[in-house]
Amino acid sequence: MKKRVVVTGLGVVAPNGINVNEFSEAIQQGVSGIQKINALSELNFSCQIAGLPIYKKEYLNNYFTSIEQRGLQASGLEYGVIAGMDAWRDAGLEVAQDGDPLWHAGVIFGTGILGTEKFREAIYKVDDGKVRRLGSTTVTQTMASGISAFLGGKIGCGNRVTTNSSACTTGTEAVMMAVEHIQRGNAEVMLAGSTSDSGPYVWGGFDAMRILPYEYNETPKQASRPMSADASGFVPGSGAGALVVESLEHALARGATIYAEIIGGAVNSGGQRQGGSMTAPNSIAVQRCIKEALIDADINADQIDAINGHLTATTKDPEEIRNWSEALERSGEDFPLINSVKSMTGHCLAASGSIECVATVLQLKEDFIFGNINCEQPHHEILKLIDTTQIPKKTQYQKSQIIAKASFGFGDVNACIIFKKYNR
Amino acid sequence: MEKKLLLTKLKAIVAPYVQNPKGLERLNEDTNFLRDLEINSANLVDVALDVEDEFGIEIDNDSMERMLTVKASIEVIEAKLAAK
Repeated sequence: MKKRVVVTGLGVVAPNGINVNEFSEAIQQGVSGIQKINALSELNFSCQIAGLPIYKKEYLNNYFTSIEQRGLQASGLEYGVIAGMDAWRDAGLEVAQDGDPLWHAGVIFGTGILGTEKFREAIYKVDDGKVRRLGSTTVTQTMASGISAFLGGKIGCGNRVTTNSSACTTGTEAVMMAVEHIQRGNAEVMLAGSTSDSGPYVWGGFDAMRILPYEYNETPKQASRPMSADASGFVPGSGAGALVVESLEHALARGATIYAEIIGGAVNSGGQRQGGSMTAPNSIAVQRCIKEALIDADINADQIDAINGHLTATTKDPEEIRNWSEALERSGEDFPLINSVKSMTGHCLAASGSIECVATVLQLKEDFIFGNINCEQPHHEILKLIDTTQIPKKTQYQKSQIIAKASFGFGDVNACIIFKKYNR
Repeated sequence: MEKKLLLTKLKAIVAPYVQNPKGLERLNEDTNFLRDLEINSANLVDVALDVEDEFGIEIDNDSMERMLTVKASIEVIEAKLAAK
């Protein structure tokens, strides 16, 4: 018998809110965090807008020592530590004092690439023959696992501490890995999440692929248009999301507030076959992933009240809707409500999955289904499959029992998690 | 450079890396960076780089390895300044 797993803490650093309260308010009000980024214009980017979390440098004093802040040039490390430590505190958990680490607590915190600004600095110094001037933190700021290492050290975790990486599936996969680790009885509490650097070195490669919108440089808040008839590419974003995932018995024993239960999920790959490629999904695999998640959660497709999609605002959105519709065998008005956080944050890449898992849990906890912005006219291919009423344009305040969340990534990888309102 | 001034400058350089503030209060020539100030050993390289910037000198690897105490550090700095 698998252990039951619940969510007891949340943390988020998103373009439209740098803590959970701000973010929850923002997604309910339809606040976009997309803005013009002057550095991108100066560097001749086609897409000169992005989603960027905004806070004052002094905010870091709550999370990093002064020595840790010296030479800190890893925005993903900042976002991840803020979100991670916020989630840990939100769960009412303590950090280890002197003596034993927390043997039953671990971290799975993913990223695509970390510390790109720091790496840039290092490359210039190395090429200039000044490797000896790099200082002691080039490695820890640029190693992918820098984020899990920082969090594991701050909390004092004695269980598994690692970083996963699976492109835009990373965050959702991290949560699922944490769930499985607890289900097997290997840990009681896991801090799960993901983070993504901001800046031209992360976003440049996507700009070069011509998959970012370039028509909205002067109207950034209208740029991210998931499911819309005139969607023309994803707006790059950044940030971090974090969830404290815990065995139900451990949460109950310490009297924790339970936000939601994770009743199942699946992670798979399309093998870059059957129409799948490095950059496109194998739809058969996507549908299989969704169906496997339902089986793992032991629910029927008609029990799903809402879907938080991957839905990036590229031409692939109609295909995603078709995959959901066929996997669930639901269409028209019978299709669950569906929404995309990316309409307000842009696509936060490796961080997207965890930020969107936070949004999904908030919808269950606070009884709302947030509205999609910039989708006044849904794509005609989508409207052939589902009724327009199932794409809320305004936030609907209602209790949901089950919400499915999926993320898909380059490399043809998929992850789907089934969240459920916690019922005693 | 006068030794007292040198000591003051060195104290300011190591201060941000110190994890035992009492050790910094009692800083003298015999102070050991790791034992008395509890500076993380990885940060010794940062101390050396900050010393280079402050005094406009370059510290070779052998000298850097010797810089574990205030006394040894001052000797290294004085030698490098004299060789400038």
